[in-house]
Amino acid sequence: MPSLRYLENVVTLRLNAERCIGCGMCAEVCPHGVFTIEGQKALLANRDACIECGACAGNCPVDALTVKAGVGCASAIISGWLTGKEPSCDCGGSC
Amino acid sequence: MSENNCCPPPGNETACCAPPAPAAACCSTGSDSGSGCLTAAADLPGYKLWSFVCGWLDSSAGKIPKIATRLTAADVIGRWQMRWGLGRARYSIAPGLYAIGTPSGDSPVLVTANYKMTFDIVRRDMHDHDAWLLVLDTKGVNVWCAAGKGTFGTDEILRQLQMSKLPQVINHRTLILPQLGAPGVAAHKVSKASGFKVIYGPVRSNDLHEFLKNGLKVTPEMRRVTFSFIERLVLTPVELVSMWQHVLWSILALFILGGIGPQIFSFSAAWTRGGAAVAAGLAGLLTGAVIVPLLLPWLPGRAFAIKGASAGLAVGLLGVLLFNESLNWLNTLALITTVSAVSSWCAMNFTGSSTFTSPSGVEKEMRQTIPAQVAALLVGGLCWLASAF
Repeated sequence: MPSLRYLENVVTLRLNAERCIGCGMCAEVCPHGVFTIEGQKALLANRDACIECGACAGNCPVDALTVKAGVGCASAIISGWLTGKEPSCDCGGSC
Repeated sequence: MSENNCCPPPGNETACCAPPAPAAACCSTGSDSGSGCLTAAADLPGYKLWSFVCGWLDSSAGKIPKIATRLTAADVIGRWQMRWGLGRARYSIAPGLYAIGTPSGDSPVLVTANYKMTFDIVRRDMHDHDAWLLVLDTKGVNVWCAAGKGTFGTDEILRQLQMSKLPQVINHRTLILPQLGAPGVAAHKVSKASGFKVIYGPVRSNDLHEFLKNGLKVTPEMRRVTFSFIERLVLTPVELVSMWQHVLWSILALFILGGIGPQIFSFSAAWTRGGAAVAAGLAGLLTGAVIVPLLLPWLPGRAFAIKGASAGLAVGLLGVLLFNESLNWLNTLALITTVSAVSSWCAMNFTGSSTFTSPSGVEKEMRQTIPAQVAALLVGGLCWLASAF
């Protein structure tokens, strides 16, 4: 079965290598293996696998990671466009 | 809902106010027939006990409900109902502290959400273990979605730690969280505020047994989220259920539009032409909402809209082959364009249920493909209307 891959080069994930202390929390919480830890630093081994869930950025103790985590359901995004607000899960209630 | 208005009497936080549960039966935890069940809250006027409570544990924080680790037929049916969106609002349990097996002060503490489906899966997978289960108030939403919303979060953990008086009950200061709670939880902030160390356990609760057996060791596979055929299959009802009202209104509209023709309006045309349009629409819907999810890895393109358009095109062409004699060129074009457009749209909506798409990617594919979907639908619709004349 071919592996499931999504669009390339779109995600908002950014790693500030200078701030990184290599604690490994990002690699621990990432559900798609985006990070590897080499020596004292984290590396973005697989940036296109990122789903922008925000787990890494929230658990980085030195704020070396930023990502615009959001709701990925199409109908929420559309209602975000129509209302001018950030998309939220509360439209369909099917979470 | 009634359970939100009902508060446990002061000093009796462990009594659960739950919506009516099936007749509470004694749940066996193994070989014994489960004697001594149903004490405490079940005897109080106005309270009814959840059937998964099979005993009570005395602790310095009061009586803690012991929960069964075997699921009943009612639990399984309930899970199936949730997949189809039936009774969704009632499918939560009271947050707070529960006991699995007979935990002591040294037993591990697992943290989970108060969505009953989550709760059931965790307690089932924790069979034969002794542990504490701290259930957060995620408003009846599963761990991963709640983490994204923030309800499975740092603040809620701190709140439940305090309300449950867990620190009085246990000797250690470690919490085991499901890895998919991480988007809502800052482990270092929980630690700083409560003194509790957060350990992220496996993604799937069916790895908990291995994890606990191997001294809290997590393998790389336990940390990865997959999207297998079965996982995709069980999500197809979600999309269908979320669209049902749009579908009904569209069916009505298509029957009405189908009657438009040289005689202004004809009921027989409404029936035959409308019926054909409804069939085409449903074909597009099923292609985009069921066939595309199932065949996801094998369909062309990265964007779900492209996969949907491809599958829709194939189904549309199949329809043209099957109904060749009864289609003029206008209807042929209409069939192909509308099935492709509807399938593309429905497939694009599946991104919200998938586990490997990013919001940035979804927004990009929406900006690029919605104009094409609308254009195709308009062309198809106009061709279909024109074919009446």
